[in-house]
Amino acid sequence: MSTSTVLYDHPGPRARVRNAVLSVVFGVGLVALLWWVYAKFDQAGQWEGSLWQPFTEASTWTQFIWPGLRQTLFAAATGMVLSLAFGILFAVGRLSDHWWVRVPAGAIVEFFRAVPLLLMIFFIFYGVPFLIQGPVSAFWSVVVGLTLYNGSVLAEAFRAGIRSIPAGQAEAAYAVGMRKSQVMQLILVPQAARAMLPVIVSQLVVLLKDTALGYIVAFPELLQRGVNDLSANRGNVVAAAIVVALIYIAINSLVTALANWLDRRTRRRGFRVPKQATAPRDDAQVTEPQG
Amino acid sequence: MHVFADPTNLDAYLSGFLWILKLTGASAVLALVLGVLLAAFRVSPVPVLRGVGAAWVNIFRNTPLTLIIFFCYFGLFTTLGLTLSDDLDQNNYWLGVVGLSVYTAAFVCEAVRSGINTVPPGQAEAARAIGLTFFQTLRIVVLPQAGRAVVAPLGSVLIALCKNATIVGTIGLIEASSVMKDLINSNGDAVIAIFAVFAGTFAALLIPTGYFFGWLANRLAVKR
Repeated sequence: MSTSTVLYDHPGPRARVRNAVLSVVFGVGLVALLWWVYAKFDQAGQWEGSLWQPFTEASTWTQFIWPGLRQTLFAAATGMVLSLAFGILFAVGRLSDHWWVRVPAGAIVEFFRAVPLLLMIFFIFYGVPFLIQGPVSAFWSVVVGLTLYNGSVLAEAFRAGIRSIPAGQAEAAYAVGMRKSQVMQLILVPQAARAMLPVIVSQLVVLLKDTALGYIVAFPELLQRGVNDLSANRGNVVAAAIVVALIYIAINSLVTALANWLDRRTRRRGFRVPKQATAPRDDAQVTEPQG
Repeated sequence: MHVFADPTNLDAYLSGFLWILKLTGASAVLALVLGVLLAAFRVSPVPVLRGVGAAWVNIFRNTPLTLIIFFCYFGLFTTLGLTLSDDLDQNNYWLGVVGLSVYTAAFVCEAVRSGINTVPPGQAEAARAIGLTFFQTLRIVVLPQAGRAVVAPLGSVLIALCKNATIVGTIGLIEASSVMKDLINSNGDAVIAIFAVFAGTFAALLIPTGYFFGWLANRLAVKR
């Protein structure tokens, strides 16, 4: 752990004994805390076999969890593709030489980053039908909302990525006679995309978690099907929530591991990891916690 | 704008945003305390504490906030009988604060930990070389530098927290997004104006906050 070297030396014999004692003390405390939680659950009868038994039945998985998970993954995948397109478009727009492209693109990105995703989903789901005189499906409300928000976040990440590419790259491209759009398409965007790949993948975690907002507009995703609908039938809301949370944690941990692997690989290949992208402001906004 | 000329609607709008601010305020304090504590766990020399910190971060950062809030209401309150207030609204409010805090604490923890990581090891080594004790190193050398590096990410966490507060509407607290939904449903002719007012209020609150934290972080940045 890199932090341990910042804060303290490698432990000597005395420090090792002290750490061992502290480990035991806090270990006992932790076990006591977990036991207390277990006892509280037990008191409420939450360890009853009948509440957990549904998860051993195939129908629970084929009728509730898998269909929900499929919708969650499908919404996340669609949202991701659209967000990438939106992100690239607006990142390039914000870097435009023309103020009438740059200013609106900047305003749109700033606006969608500041508006809560749920507010956007409500507007699309409840408001837009009044405007177009027809219904909007829960799926598209969620996906469009996700696209506008995550696309704006990605636009900022891309912009930082493009700006971090050494100026010599663009200058060399202009020197060999490329046009502005060629420089952007052939030189800047591909390099930025490769350098930003880990950031893009970790944004996928945010997007995947945000699909759970679909529950609020009755989109049949994992939270809706696996927790709400299942527990309506079986009355096991705590058990169902724990199982579904574990599924989310497993998937997101996999995606995070992929992002970390990509990050190490990009560094090893000697890519200059964009400084702005790792600087606190941009980085934190990219990995901004949303619902 | 005729929608907001009606005093009942105006009151609903104001109380919606008041709930958002109250949720943000209480959760920010709790999440900051909890997050700093977890960060201390994660950088401590005691493996058990490091494990607790890491487990907390991995569990809550990878679970959707909607599920956490859902669990706070249907799990903690309805099933396990945890009641935080006798008043229905107050109870939902505090359940929401619990959910927002445990979720946001994971992000605060990571921000603080990465802040500590930005301090070059040479700083602490030099401090130890001149004979400062562990706590002196921490207090005089490491934390002042880490604190500055942490301002910008904490600002982003605060902004995200304020936006996430809308999710507490799921468990029946009539906050801004629920008010907007109700107003849209009863005023189909003024949909755009209603959305513009609600989204505009969030933008007016959060965009300046973002710039403020950016400015502050720049001002406090350690020149290296």
